[in-house]
Amino acid sequence: MSSPPPRRRRAPGARLWEASPLTYLALILGSVLSIFPIVWSFIIASRDNGAVYEMPPTPGGELFNNIDRMLANEDAAFVYGLVNSVVVSSVVTISVIFFSTLAGFAFAKLKFRGSNALLLLIILTMMVPTQLGIIPLYLMMVEFGWTGTLQAVIVPFLVQGFGVFMMRQYAMSAISDELIEAARLDGCSTWRVYWNVVLPALRPAAAVLGLLIFMQTWNEFLWPFVVLTPDTPTVQYSLKILSSGPYQTDYVALFAGTALATLPLLVVFIIFGRQIIGGIMEGAVKS
Amino acid sequence: MSSAVGAAPPRHAATPSPSDPVHRRRSYRLGRWDIKYSPYLYVAPFFVLFGIFGLFPVLYTVWVSLFEYDLLSDTKEFVGMENYRVVLGDAQFWNAAYNTVGMFVVSTVPQLIVALMIANLLNRQMRARTLLRMGIVIPNITSVAAVGIIFALIFADRYGLVNWVLGTVGIDPIAWRDNRYASWFAIATMVDWRWTGYNALIYLGAMQAIPKDLYESAALDGASTWRQFWKITVPLIRPTILFTIIISTIGGLQLFTEPLMYGYGLIRGGASNEFQTLAMYIYERTFTGNFEYGSGAAMSWLLFLMIIVFALINFALVRRSVKGEKK
Repeated sequence: MSSPPPRRRRAPGARLWEASPLTYLALILGSVLSIFPIVWSFIIASRDNGAVYEMPPTPGGELFNNIDRMLANEDAAFVYGLVNSVVVSSVVTISVIFFSTLAGFAFAKLKFRGSNALLLLIILTMMVPTQLGIIPLYLMMVEFGWTGTLQAVIVPFLVQGFGVFMMRQYAMSAISDELIEAARLDGCSTWRVYWNVVLPALRPAAAVLGLLIFMQTWNEFLWPFVVLTPDTPTVQYSLKILSSGPYQTDYVALFAGTALATLPLLVVFIIFGRQIIGGIMEGAVKS
Repeated sequence: MSSAVGAAPPRHAATPSPSDPVHRRRSYRLGRWDIKYSPYLYVAPFFVLFGIFGLFPVLYTVWVSLFEYDLLSDTKEFVGMENYRVVLGDAQFWNAAYNTVGMFVVSTVPQLIVALMIANLLNRQMRARTLLRMGIVIPNITSVAAVGIIFALIFADRYGLVNWVLGTVGIDPIAWRDNRYASWFAIATMVDWRWTGYNALIYLGAMQAIPKDLYESAALDGASTWRQFWKITVPLIRPTILFTIIISTIGGLQLFTEPLMYGYGLIRGGASNEFQTLAMYIYERTFTGNFEYGSGAAMSWLLFLMIIVFALINFALVRRSVKGEKK
């Protein structure tokens, strides 16, 4: 009495949207090209210094020796750079999340005079290249006595227009006006509404923003290079010191350094890849 | 809230109950103040901090560019447009400008075209979707400094990976640093490797907002997938394409870390500045040797003008060409 399972009919046009083997092939090839340089740098990090240029790319057994030697390089102060990078990236990330959700909430859900003009201003700030102001910014840091200190690479990045805009866009759709109204009727001040209602609702988007800001701050190169000294390096600064000069470079140690500087981000990416990808895709559609 | 029923403990007497008319008026006023003015408090930190560390330095750059700094005597002298005159007459400035624009064009054009193609491929039903997307975008999360170091070795002049591959097919090794255009190509490869996947994801995000029935009716009319791509996809994601072009222009003309690390961390960018960019030259003039803040600021300002001009040109070009498609 078993009737055959109903034949599922394809939606019209579904075939059009199925990836062909050729599509897979192209995308897999693209992925391989993407990943290869990273893998290759890890391979070199495991080799003996005499075998840097040896082909084909097969790993050696010197990884831990190379890491040891790289860490022993006192000029590069790699461990110190790692710690500094963790501190700088964490502080900047938390601050950007806090101020972005706060301002994003205000722009999305509160009525105040001039809000549209102010929002436009924030969008425009995203277009200003920071590099343009780098010389005066440096002179300001000299004036403040901040050169060579971590404040110099933290404070200028505590707020970022991109974050405000992203949180505003998310708050627009994720938080209903009724919810805020209800909280107000219960006697919540605006601050309590933000803290108890809005912030929890923004958490998923704030997490994505945090990931993007963390990675961006971790990878920041030019400004730390300008304003810091070898006494307070970030991890990128340490890499720069390790790589200076084409002749005396200890290549395999340098690659052990690049591997260690990249590894934390790879781990974050492997765990949160889906969210990061969603964040990149969202961020642009709406702008 | 203290209860109004019964005798309130004396300590609470000071806190008026909500029914107390004085308190009610005050809390009403407080509430109105809260609703009316607190939004400004919430957006103020952004504007204050951005004003100090973002906007002010950019504007101050103009002012700094009008002075000649003397760090030895710790003085500065107003020289007006002199810095601009010197910079515009400086061959190394023009060399750096040429390199910057060249590398920008060589890297951005293929980057955005390939990104469009990849996004089009990703915009289908497929297995392992997230994995493939991750594979494409992974270069973007690596640090630029590390990427520069890795590619410096891939394009090493004598024993690099690329020259080895060329050698196996019988092509003579290429001097990836001494030849200007070869070095541009190597650096563009590095930039493209890092950003193509990122742009593809941005395009993909926009493509997914296009209603599928548009394609279905086009397919019924006999339009090939290629035609559909050019006649439906590209025109409909035009705003996103413009966005990526503006972002690539801002980023591309400020190229610094990649060529620096490619040149083994040396600010000169090759023996005869074959791949020194404007950002590198600004750094060289400003933060090494003579600390010429005035010239550096003048160059920063010229670079900014260049970015605006290129952004506008690109904007106009793309708007027109994509509009033409619609006809």
